[in-house]
Amino acid sequence: MAETPRSDENGHEGHPFAQMISIGVVAAIIVTTITLLMDWFPTNAAGAASKIDTLYDVLLIASVPIFVLVMTVAVYSVWRFRARPGDTRDGAPIHGNTRLEIIWVTVPFMLVTGLAIYGWVVLNDIEAKQPNELQVKVTGQQFTWSFEYPKEKVKSSQLMLPVDRPVHFRINTKDVVHSFWVPQFRLKSDAVPGITTRIRVTPDKVGTFEVVCAELCGIGHATMRNRVRVLPRRQFDAWLARQKGGPAGGGGGGGAPGGKAIFTANGCDSCHTLADAGATGNVGPKLDDLATAAAKFGKARRESAKEYVRESIVDPRAFTVPGYPKNVMPTTFGKDLSKEQIDALVDYLLRVSGGKGS
Amino acid sequence: MTATLHRLTAPGWYRAALGIAIGFGVGAGLVTLIRALYGFDPAWDTDSVVTAGALITAPLGFLVGIGCFDYWFYWASGGPTRPEDHSGHGARSWKDYFRVNTDHKVIGLQYISTTFFFFVAGGLMAMVMRAELAQPGSQFVDANTFNGLFSVHASLMIFLFIIPVFAGIANFVLPLMIGAPDMAFPRLNALSYWMLPIGGIMMLASFFAEGGAFATGWTAYAPLSTETPLGQQFFTIGVQFAGASSIATALNFLVTIITMRAPGMTFWRMPLLVWANFTTSLLVVIATPFIAGSQFFVLFDRTLGTHFFSAGAGGDVLMYQHVFWFYSHPAVYIMMLPGFGIISEVISTNARKPIFGYRMMAFSLVAIIILGFTVWAHHMFVSGMFSWLRVPMMITTMLIAVPTGIKIFSWLATLWRGVIHLRTPMLFALGFITMFTLGGISGIMLAVIPFDIHVSDTYFVVAHIHYVLFGGSVFTIFAGIYHWFPKMTGRMYDETLGKLHFWLSFVFFNLTFGPMHLVGIDGMPRRVSDYADQFATWNAIISVSSFIFGLSFLIFLYNMISSWRHGPKAAANPWRAHSIEWQVSSPPPIFNFDEVPTVVGGPYEYGVPGAVHAVFKEKKPAAVPAGGGGAPPPNE
Repeated sequence: MAETPRSDENGHEGHPFAQMISIGVVAAIIVTTITLLMDWFPTNAAGAASKIDTLYDVLLIASVPIFVLVMTVAVYSVWRFRARPGDTRDGAPIHGNTRLEIIWVTVPFMLVTGLAIYGWVVLNDIEAKQPNELQVKVTGQQFTWSFEYPKEKVKSSQLMLPVDRPVHFRINTKDVVHSFWVPQFRLKSDAVPGITTRIRVTPDKVGTFEVVCAELCGIGHATMRNRVRVLPRRQFDAWLARQKGGPAGGGGGGGAPGGKAIFTANGCDSCHTLADAGATGNVGPKLDDLATAAAKFGKARRESAKEYVRESIVDPRAFTVPGYPKNVMPTTFGKDLSKEQIDALVDYLLRVSGGKGS
Repeated sequence: MTATLHRLTAPGWYRAALGIAIGFGVGAGLVTLIRALYGFDPAWDTDSVVTAGALITAPLGFLVGIGCFDYWFYWASGGPTRPEDHSGHGARSWKDYFRVNTDHKVIGLQYISTTFFFFVAGGLMAMVMRAELAQPGSQFVDANTFNGLFSVHASLMIFLFIIPVFAGIANFVLPLMIGAPDMAFPRLNALSYWMLPIGGIMMLASFFAEGGAFATGWTAYAPLSTETPLGQQFFTIGVQFAGASSIATALNFLVTIITMRAPGMTFWRMPLLVWANFTTSLLVVIATPFIAGSQFFVLFDRTLGTHFFSAGAGGDVLMYQHVFWFYSHPAVYIMMLPGFGIISEVISTNARKPIFGYRMMAFSLVAIIILGFTVWAHHMFVSGMFSWLRVPMMITTMLIAVPTGIKIFSWLATLWRGVIHLRTPMLFALGFITMFTLGGISGIMLAVIPFDIHVSDTYFVVAHIHYVLFGGSVFTIFAGIYHWFPKMTGRMYDETLGKLHFWLSFVFFNLTFGPMHLVGIDGMPRRVSDYADQFATWNAIISVSSFIFGLSFLIFLYNMISSWRHGPKAAANPWRAHSIEWQVSSPPPIFNFDEVPTVVGGPYEYGVPGAVHAVFKEKKPAAVPAGGGGAPPPNE
């Protein structure tokens, strides 16, 4: 690289390389500072989050200057070495420079090695087993999440967590691949058929956040959302106690569960609209006029309205209402719900949609 | 009567139509017969008939009908030797572009035009998606259509645009560059091309299938893809045609490059575009069978009831992702390395300088393809795969930054002390270097597992791949198209429109995809038709920018079409380049060279007094003398 002062053909004076590097360094410092000051992440609500946010800052410091320097060299070279109209000269026949090439192999090599080691350390840190973990089973299904606290024997369609206590999630799915993600916790794991995946989180901020499905899972993917509420310890314990004592929503036996509770606890509301249950899903048929529809379609299939509704829940592939996508409704409800629960659900659906309940 | 009969027996569109009809009849009949023999009720099943008849046997009938196999069938049947009259070689009228042609230049233009058609189709889908995403809620399309749109958009852009358009550019340029009269296997080359539109039309046609287009993303993760409606099969099988096309072309390139270089063209005298296509072709040949396999498994699960991916029946869901990414990660290099080659040609020609560190540029291509096979699982950091594999894959992924960095820094060093002509291809090359660096940097970030856990499957990933594939690959494609436009068409493009095209795309590309980094980190997942209100402002800005970005393409299209028809005639070597394709007329003669050139030096000896790359023995050295004047500065 030419370092001696000279006046080149374009009439520029001075050390072009030194001049460019100084511009680049100043620009790099300015741009990197701006990116560091920017507020990139959502609220930070778990122990691991701040470690990941710091890691990101380090990545910015390591990489933004490289981008700015590349930009600077490109723009500066164009400005400095641009051909004038009618210019037919060739450039300097420089074929390479071994020292420079060794530098730009070794420096990036050391940089990425350093970042990889740091990333590894952070990874081990955020995945480390914690004492006194709260066990939570997460189950994905098209298109909702359900949660279970196996030690406490509580099931819920809403995720409740105590603040400042480590949580160990074990994640499953009933159908296709989903991905369990709470942006404020920065942690994510796919729910994969046939295996159980695990993540650990220690929520450290009281609040309500969204549980987002991050892996494309079908028609209702965009609206596959649940809530996670992080509660102060005592409120959480009280909630757990209420759940144990009160009517179990999901598969918990005992008593005659209400149809509405079964409807919401099993995620029916994520796909179907039903005013009585406050459900506004639009993947499957609207259920507000189910009684009429069941009579009509049931007749065509030589079933009573009740048989028709039961079949639609237990064996949804048997018949799909025209205009709605086939093979979307999960086929697992026949297994997951007890006979009494299904009866209760059928009665409830027909009753609130204007038909005769039992 | 005999004329009609002749039309139906001679290769061409009439026989192709007949071939489609017969093919469909055979497939549909066979599957219905088998169902009837098994006693399945009903014997006529639309899904099976569409799969076997419309998607498999009808396209094969088309290929036979249009004439891809005539010569081989004739040869195989042991008929008398038929002297080659070259009637199927070269274009003498526009009609020759619409039949099976063995001329690599015709095939190159067929590839380029076809792939740009699918680029427009995929781009329009992106426009519909951005319209839907301009505000939260549901406005124009329902969730199923939206999922179909992004799936078909990505599939077309990857399998029908970026991968094959590079094959098209190289098809035209590469044999000329190495001084060969054609590709090694011209008939295989024609077959490769004709398989391509089949795959694309299939993917587009999936919108008309019952249940809508395939809606599982271009990744088609099982078991979602084994359960969705019929449209999925249009992807599963369409990929097979595009993939077979890709593999056959790659083999052709390998044999051409290894065996057909002009005398004196050693490996270390090959232009970097040739190196790039050599390494890319190795990747294609080794990796593409894996995606073919993954899609066949899906097809078998769907149609034959196998259980590759049904967890309940002993299948393994994660196996799909491993096999899929074992192709699809190398595929990103398949989509990038040929672009690297283009950029080396464009930068060296327009900066009037030798490529800085030529051998390291070639070695880094080789390093990238080797490392490229060892990183696939970085797409699966949150997939629940066995956790020990993540750290090695993080390290190998980040190491790819080293050879990629060599390339970026060497291009920059090539600019240094050049005489830089800011023509349109050069602008796109500079745009590429900067935008690809940004995409590479977000790639390094994504490789760091703890950060990836947060942003995987978010708009951050969408931003990253568009910086790499648009700011990277597509910018190199534009650079290449403008650079070789005079050679391909014999006309000059309009420089002002070209520059306008560049600046509009460069600015609005950044305004479209830049903010996606922000919304992604902030928590917006990808592949959603609806999103939380907090992302509304950015999405509105992104959508408006994307519309202008989309419109900027019209300038390119207008420039290409009008310049091709009315542009000023191009000289043989308007850029005063050294490589061999510029030493023949524009457009080149039908058989490329009257006389085989002899290579006597490196391809980029700009500024070296008296240096030439190739000579034609009888004439004077055809290459322009290096340096039209102005000796290099004395103090070097």
